Amino acid sequence: MRYLPLTPSDRAEMLAVIGAPSIDALFVDVPPAARLAGPVDLPPHQGELEVERAMGRLAARNRPAGAGPFFCGAGAYRHHVPASVDHLIQRSEFLTSYTPYQPEIAQGTLQALFEFQTQVASLTGLPVANASLYDGSTACAEAVMMAARATRRSKAVLSGGLHPHYAEACWTLAHTAGVATQRLAAAVDAEAAVIEAIDADTACVVVQTPNVFGTVTDVSAIAEAAHAAGALLVVVTTEAISYGLLKSPGEMGADIAVAEGQSIGNPLTFGGPYVGLFACREALTRQIPGRLCGETVDAEGKRGFVLTLSTREQHIRREKATSNICTNSGLCALAFTIHMTLLGEAGLRRLAMVNHARARLLQGALAAVPGVEVLTPRFFNELAVRLPKPAAAVVNALAADGIIAGVPVSRLDPGGGMDDVLLVCATETTAHVDIADFAEALTRELAQ
Amino acid sequence: MTVLAAGRPTRPEIEIPNQAAPEGRGHGLAQDEPLIFELDGWDKTGVDLPEAELDASDLGDLVRTSMIGLPGLSEPETLRHYVRLSQKNHAIDLAMYPLGSCTMKHNPRLNEKMARLPGFADIHPLQPQSTVQGALALMDELAHWLKTLTGMPAVALSPKAGAHGELCGLLAIRAALEARGDARRTVLAPVSAHGTNPATAAMAGYQVVEIAQTDDGRVDIADLASKLGPNVAAVMVTNPNTCGLFERDVMEISRLTHAAGAFFYCDGANFNAIVGRVRPGDLGVDAMHINLHKTFSTPHGGGGPGAGPVVLSAALAPFAPAPWVVSEEEGWRLIERNEGEAAQAFGRLCAFHGQMGMYVRALTYMMSHGSDGLRQVAEDAVLAANYVKARLSGALTAAFPDGPCMHEALFDDTWLEDTGISTLDVAKALIDEGFHPMTMYFPLVVHGAMLIEPTETEPKSEIDRFCDAVLRLAAAAKAGDVARFKGAPFTAPLRRLDETAAARKPRLKWTA
Repeated sequence: MRYLPLTPSDRAEMLAVIGAPSIDALFVDVPPAARLAGPVDLPPHQGELEVERAMGRLAARNRPAGAGPFFCGAGAYRHHVPASVDHLIQRSEFLTSYTPYQPEIAQGTLQALFEFQTQVASLTGLPVANASLYDGSTACAEAVMMAARATRRSKAVLSGGLHPHYAEACWTLAHTAGVATQRLAAAVDAEAAVIEAIDADTACVVVQTPNVFGTVTDVSAIAEAAHAAGALLVVVTTEAISYGLLKSPGEMGADIAVAEGQSIGNPLTFGGPYVGLFACREALTRQIPGRLCGETVDAEGKRGFVLTLSTREQHIRREKATSNICTNSGLCALAFTIHMTLLGEAGLRRLAMVNHARARLLQGALAAVPGVEVLTPRFFNELAVRLPKPAAAVVNALAADGIIAGVPVSRLDPGGGMDDVLLVCATETTAHVDIADFAEALTRELAQ
Repeated sequence: MTVLAAGRPTRPEIEIPNQAAPEGRGHGLAQDEPLIFELDGWDKTGVDLPEAELDASDLGDLVRTSMIGLPGLSEPETLRHYVRLSQKNHAIDLAMYPLGSCTMKHNPRLNEKMARLPGFADIHPLQPQSTVQGALALMDELAHWLKTLTGMPAVALSPKAGAHGELCGLLAIRAALEARGDARRTVLAPVSAHGTNPATAAMAGYQVVEIAQTDDGRVDIADLASKLGPNVAAVMVTNPNTCGLFERDVMEISRLTHAAGAFFYCDGANFNAIVGRVRPGDLGVDAMHINLHKTFSTPHGGGGPGAGPVVLSAALAPFAPAPWVVSEEEGWRLIERNEGEAAQAFGRLCAFHGQMGMYVRALTYMMSHGSDGLRQVAEDAVLAANYVKARLSGALTAAFPDGPCMHEALFDDTWLEDTGISTLDVAKALIDEGFHPMTMYFPLVVHGAMLIEPTETEPKSEIDRFCDAVLRLAAAAKAGDVARFKGAPFTAPLRRLDETAAARKPRLKWTA
């Protein structure tokens, strides 16, 4: 077996040093009834070529986003990632290392995390960011829990514009800990209804912008109302590229900002692994979940970086930790940081502008299709449209023509009375001809 | 004086005095590297993008007017910056990385190549299911391998890391108990447990009660029995445990647990030691997470991403969270909402379908090894750890000297008594020997613990090189060479870092 370096004579020599008669003698503590006599019922080992063929066959049965017109967003976005990003994250020293427990021989990972934290703080407009969580949805759930700890209150108000999967992840984590989640009705402009749901028990208000329907909202008034009631404002963003064009959560008064960072540096990969961004006000620092990287000096006074404030964490605090998270999204965070470094301020701003422009072109093209109504009043790169037919059926019909038309709301939020609503997204990868092909196919499909 | 064939001397003819370090940044191949914020990149970019066709006037004052504060670098500068940083990391590809409990094994590059096939990397979690049949088939196949290897009937794939898997298992247990109208408030876990166990139990709404450990490093059955009762929801046990030992009485643990109406959660962090040789399902386990980044070698990536699928017993399976895949006549179907066949699901753990990129890598690894190779993995991992234990026991003090260990060898710091040298000092001195240190001060039940996990992918020569280095250090410690330890590391990119100062006055980002 190509990954196992020990030879039969190595094994014999090692057993001799141990003083054991056989390998079986090393498994003597396993109850006899539980010892398997031979291999389990699975295929035997295979060479690289055979495995590559088998995996290639599976991959060939999927339709990659890049194979044609493609308009899915709703929490995961197709962007172009520069070739150098993937090259760098595959360097052995990044790929095959672990959590930097020994900082003297992990400065590469630690310095990159310090850069990541600084970039995330800048993007969100908040003073402190952590070293990543699993993804945007778990970061959102952690934010709710942090707000409950910080305010000692036990209710979270979730805007109806919050991605339904995020709302479900929040409910799952919160309700077991006795924190109630009040999920407001789904609506394209749901943020308008948030303020009146805030009361004296409210630990936090969770608002997404751009929201799941694509609507962009200035949440400053919600921040004021939340703060007046002693609650915190959590601002969620699923499309991190939007930070390049829109006011940051911090500028609008957010106490905590969480985001899905996949758009920067990371491929779609069917939903994971992604990277959760988490930033907050300074006063909340010691309540932050997950790893934090901090600056310090070595014995000779040279600057270096270490994991810090670990008294918040499970390996020190155990049941009193701020979260159980251990392994997070290190390599995805590195990809984010490298891509962000390549973009820089100028690149990110331009990329965001291109995304917005392509979405405006898409809006124009779809608005001209008979029977289609554009619902989203203000958007970044995705929007909701109402079709004269169930959206899922239209998506399936267009998929047969090679066009992936977007995400039907019914897939996210069953029973929401929005079966005719389709979420569409355009990015810099969306060509003008893709938009034209989509509008033409949609016109044809709706005419039938 | 030796002279090369070309006539050039290989040694200088004069005595060269020691030179002071040169002025500039770095020396030889070791480059000092500033932060990106210090590289004058405020107006640079490393990407070429088209002009936007339209402006953002439609967004009015929603548009940001302030600077974000992000530096950019051209592509060559970016490459250099991150390559220089990379060279300050230890890695498995460089030398043995015997970090106990973390299973730092070789990461096959075939796994990386497969995960990057456009059919896996460039598919959206919400595109029509008819266009991702290969992805769903892969998830189903991975589930089949995990279920077969563990002897368990069901698996929830979506947890994103081991700790997330623990949460998944405990929430399934909680839901199962609630479904039978039997709310219970307590989870029992040994003192030697990973910190994630009590942290997860607390997140799942449980009080944690510790189970004592016997002198031979196992769960104290009498103590467990005395603490089991109608209020105990689950017993969480790591097996093989964090002392690197198999819980000999695991059948009794599961019998007592079930007799008390509780569920048996197994922390599968150490599954690498038994894969292909023991099925947790045969031990009475109700739920166990599997760290794909440990046992199935998806890379650790400097701290993730991992993946933590949870295998479940028949009693817990109905409460597993969506999504999962079912195979039907027309093809594979993703159950992604908690209705119909998933009506009892406890909720949702994350936005989409878990760590697909890790599923591809793990299945590639499993298919490469096959049932025979995976069994060999466990055997070689256990053999390597016992070999380390045998070679080092004369100089170090094994925490549990009697009987074999499983995949990791645990030592305490008795051998350092009266030397003035601590476990931390030994770890730092190992850096100067070219190795990543072992896990130190864990598990908490062993004083000054040193937990060494060589894994099955180390050649004997590398294990010997490591053992020789530890033995050299042991001899130096006993000879009173304290400076070699207290000052270590001397040869790493940085000397010992002041972690206390970092925590006292946290600087968590760059500021101008």
